[in-house]
Amino acid sequence: MKPFDYRTATDMGTAVAEVSGRPDARFVAGGTNLVDHLKLGVAEPDLLVDITAVTSAAVEDRDGGLWIGAGVRNSDLAADRRVRERYPVLAQALLSGASGQLRNMATTGGNPLQRTRCVYFQDVTTPCNKRVPGSGCSAIGGYTRYHAILGASEHCVATHPSDMAVALSALDAKVHVLTPEGERSFPFVDLHRLPGEKPDQDTRLQHGDLITAIELPPSPFAQQSRYRKVRDRASYAFALVSVAAALDVADGIVRDVRIALGGVAHTPWRAYKAEQVLRGQPAEVASYRLAADAEMADARALDGIDGGNGFKIPLVTRTLVATLRDLT
Amino acid sequence: MTELLRPQAIGQDLARRDGPDKVTGTATYANETPVENPAYCHLIQADIARGRVSAVDTAEAEDVPGVIAVLTPGTSERLSSTEDKELAVLQTTDVAFRGQIVGIVIAETPEAARQAARLAAVTCSEQTHDVSLSADRVDLYKPDKVNPSFATDTSVGDVSAAMDSAAATVTETYTTAMNHNNPMEPHATTALWNDGQLTLWDSTQGVHSVRSTVAKVFGLDKGQVRVVCPYVGGGFGSKGTVHAHVVAAAMAARALPGRAMKLALTRQQMFSLVGYRTPTIQRVRLAADRDGRLSAIALDVVEQTSRIKEFAEQTAVAARMMYAAPNRATSHRLAALDVPVPSWMRAPGECPGMFGPEVAMDELAERLGIDPIEFRVRNEPARDPESGNPFSSRHLVACLRDGAERFGWADRDPRPGVRRDGDWLVGSGVASSVYPASRQAQSDATIRFADGRYAAEIGAADLGTGAWTTLAQIAADALDVPLDLVDVRIGDTDYPFASVAGGSSGTSTWGSAIVAAARAFREKYGLDPADGDEAQGQVPEYQAQERYALYAFGAQFAEVRVHADTGEIRVPRLVGVFAAGRIINPRTARSQFIGGMTMGMSMALHENSVLDPATGHVVNHDFAEYHIATCADAANIEAYWVDESDPHVNPMGSKGVGEIGIVGTAAAIANAAYHATGVRVRDLPVTLDKLLPGLD
Amino acid sequence: MPEITVRANGHARRVAVDTRSTLLDVLREQLGDTSPKKGCDHGQCGACTVLLSGRRVLSCLTLAVSCDDAEVTTAAGVSHAVQQAFVDHDAFQCGYCTPGQICSAVGMLDEFADGWPSHVTPDLTAAPELTDDEMAERMSGNLCRCGAYANIVPALRQAAGGPG
Repeated sequence: MKPFDYRTATDMGTAVAEVSGRPDARFVAGGTNLVDHLKLGVAEPDLLVDITAVTSAAVEDRDGGLWIGAGVRNSDLAADRRVRERYPVLAQALLSGASGQLRNMATTGGNPLQRTRCVYFQDVTTPCNKRVPGSGCSAIGGYTRYHAILGASEHCVATHPSDMAVALSALDAKVHVLTPEGERSFPFVDLHRLPGEKPDQDTRLQHGDLITAIELPPSPFAQQSRYRKVRDRASYAFALVSVAAALDVADGIVRDVRIALGGVAHTPWRAYKAEQVLRGQPAEVASYRLAADAEMADARALDGIDGGNGFKIPLVTRTLVATLRDLT
Repeated sequence: MTELLRPQAIGQDLARRDGPDKVTGTATYANETPVENPAYCHLIQADIARGRVSAVDTAEAEDVPGVIAVLTPGTSERLSSTEDKELAVLQTTDVAFRGQIVGIVIAETPEAARQAARLAAVTCSEQTHDVSLSADRVDLYKPDKVNPSFATDTSVGDVSAAMDSAAATVTETYTTAMNHNNPMEPHATTALWNDGQLTLWDSTQGVHSVRSTVAKVFGLDKGQVRVVCPYVGGGFGSKGTVHAHVVAAAMAARALPGRAMKLALTRQQMFSLVGYRTPTIQRVRLAADRDGRLSAIALDVVEQTSRIKEFAEQTAVAARMMYAAPNRATSHRLAALDVPVPSWMRAPGECPGMFGPEVAMDELAERLGIDPIEFRVRNEPARDPESGNPFSSRHLVACLRDGAERFGWADRDPRPGVRRDGDWLVGSGVASSVYPASRQAQSDATIRFADGRYAAEIGAADLGTGAWTTLAQIAADALDVPLDLVDVRIGDTDYPFASVAGGSSGTSTWGSAIVAAARAFREKYGLDPADGDEAQGQVPEYQAQERYALYAFGAQFAEVRVHADTGEIRVPRLVGVFAAGRIINPRTARSQFIGGMTMGMSMALHENSVLDPATGHVVNHDFAEYHIATCADAANIEAYWVDESDPHVNPMGSKGVGEIGIVGTAAAIANAAYHATGVRVRDLPVTLDKLLPGLD
Repeated sequence: MPEITVRANGHARRVAVDTRSTLLDVLREQLGDTSPKKGCDHGQCGACTVLLSGRRVLSCLTLAVSCDDAEVTTAAGVSHAVQQAFVDHDAFQCGYCTPGQICSAVGMLDEFADGWPSHVTPDLTAAPELTDDEMAERMSGNLCRCGAYANIVPALRQAAGGPG
């Protein structure tokens, strides 16, 4: 681990100015992913600015929705009555992630920014375009069980590991960011980007941009939502695939629906195609199958050792159909 | 026959003596030895799987503040013996596997050591490596023997002819995955050289075997080496033999005499430096008549070893003695690859070797339309089919019957894929377990008396097995005194020689030595000894081995649930019933059984070291990616035993319990997964991707 | 090197720390409390679990420099019924994961008392019940390679005041 300086931020503006002014500076809060990467040599900052004291740890009611401070711990957010009652998909996603200890550390601002679990990305002795642009992708033809079936590029086939982010994508959440130029906000689904030719860039944030809050808009049917995570172990494991879904059914017809998928792409994958197919259709398994098939039409399996990841395509279909069925 | 002890302390349900220290975290493990002003090591590893180190540029590493030295193949001391190539640390520039030690950084702090290890520039000339095991390799070879000294191949009768004329047969190939032991405590050594004396606080299953190995490697008298290890944070075989890091720690310490050197492996390093269970490819052939009597059993195994040191897992040995079949054949073939050295992992041989055959038994039972328990009962041999000797005791049938009762097997509908509970498909499966009741040839113990208390001293190891407690129970009964008058002193070469804790032989061997010492003590001093009285004893010759087949047996029952939509697999219940001689301490023995069963479940569903043929190393080398069972996976496991006291194995009437629990578990689970879904998975681990294609 | 005050098990200690040092390493190497264990060093096993300001966290992923003035409790400083329950039920073998299990159990029982739900809570809007499934799920961040889970759950049941 390279030596680095450590400073405790006194206010958010100064923290943003400090980090944006130094290319090798990083924010730190929960540290669950960053400290891991420091030890692996995946991250080698020369300055850490600890924003714990300056980010909000409050969940507030605003405009019928919820305003979640970037410093709210995953465990507190999952335990929040309002989240449990009004946005169960988010509580379930949070509770399916990591462990009790990690959820006590991980923050709302940091969780969506955690980096891929690709074993090659985490191993500095192997080529990885995300870690060292231009060095090559070891995962292609390698161990791809946890890798993408949607939106991958020839440069990177990694997936985004956050469960929480999948739920936020489905809930039409908004991200509030402080940048050196001031505050801005944008849809959560625009936070992450596909790898394309620049897999080193996970998100659309510029260096030094700081997530200050996540806003959940009011949703009349988010109460009718669910997060279904499929993993190799009963607990404490990353998703093979996951489905976040909210369903609004009236008179047996799907009035509206939100679907996002995890474990399938470089981003939490908002399943717009499936949503479009479903609206106005009978709320029944046959419709759900058509919707899942529509979303999976562009899916591409990766070959690889240990069988590749082709199983994920039927697994997504089956899990999506089951999740919608259970919500009906 | 051995004169059995009258069990008083033996058989009592007792809490472990080291319990209070463990629940407060004050028991000290190797890396926690309180030493003054230690220095820290970090290993530099090769990132090629085959080739040669052409240069190590240490300039940048040495510039790191706090770095004391960087040892490389060019600068390190020459070892006295390089016969064991795994231990010939920095003695050659050849690289035989990815992750091999190519340098050692010594620094004032662990942070500095680790940073410098990353900055050392190792230049290698890389050669094409080959790490791919397959059954059709042309270079498979027949080892001279398999671990530790079994015949490589056996053949009795004519298996092919029996297959041709049988009413029903199974010919299938089964595979088990590469597995890593992964004890929770990473391997660690604290080393100190002082005036030609080397002290090692090492995390080991055998202080005396570390001493003799290290003495040989460094050309020392055994008396110059002391090894101390009161507590071991798990081992499961990986701490049963000395691995390269122990030599590295001692080398680093010798470079800095008088200063304690701390070396702890990272979890990732444990995937290349401390052994693992080879993947196995098992071709099984079974033949039976209409009544379910086996006419043939054959198991042909292909597995891997390293180029620098042979380890031939004895995968086929259990198939030689398990069931009565007049025609039998077994073989082992190895591929020597550019991979780390495989070694012992809990029940080497029996654990993988009871997967293929026990699933094949399930397949054949189904083909014959016979209940799988009944099928096994019908093939119970009167004598060991291999040696012709009688079994000293064999209660497999009792275990199967008792387990069936406890598990609720009687009403089982044999049809696969027909039970559903909500979203879950439900099934049950059974398999047999076996493990040899071994005893090592050498172990000594001393009994001392002072201040009204007795002490049993022996350089044994407690890696969670309960030796601190069970050896006291044995000593108490051997001396015929109350348990609370007996102390046990273990884990130090200053105590008499003890064999390694391995092969489920520890308690049997050490206990026998303690009984011998206690009997000598009583003979010498009678019932009223004086302060300072002491007597030695040693484990007697294991004569029963010549006349009896000595094994523990068991039966394992699994309930498996498979999610009808996603294929997720859960094991809500495992029941194991064992016949393992007299149980010394029910509480700690039960823990050994359920611990083995838990690891067997983990093997069945999760464990899979993914060796990337392109990079040549195990790429899922940490606990996030190499899954072992969690509490949510394995919270409901029951272990029972049938009454058995075997007078042929030792004076306690006991058999080892550390390994049998893992034998057969994976087969029981795979059989239950088939019963739940109708999908027969023959390749471990049983994961959802293997079941999905067969689900509606 | 920055100096911090660590309040570990009720004792305040002033210590200079490398910014890179984790709370785990400072406790073990500088403060002499080796009860939190290093099993993986990457937040993947739970052996390093301590209570930080009363909450269970992983000390291997916590930078020590961020813990100035924080209250840290390790298993060596815990005195709780769960410890005797672990001994009674033989809820460990090698003992290496045990101090982390103990701290995690204390934190888990507090979380439960606060009404926190878990992944297996059937109804998120209702108060959870401390079933075996709940305890097993909530303790799944603490790996035990000896396989003592089947004893850990009854031990937790006993410590929580239920039938042991």
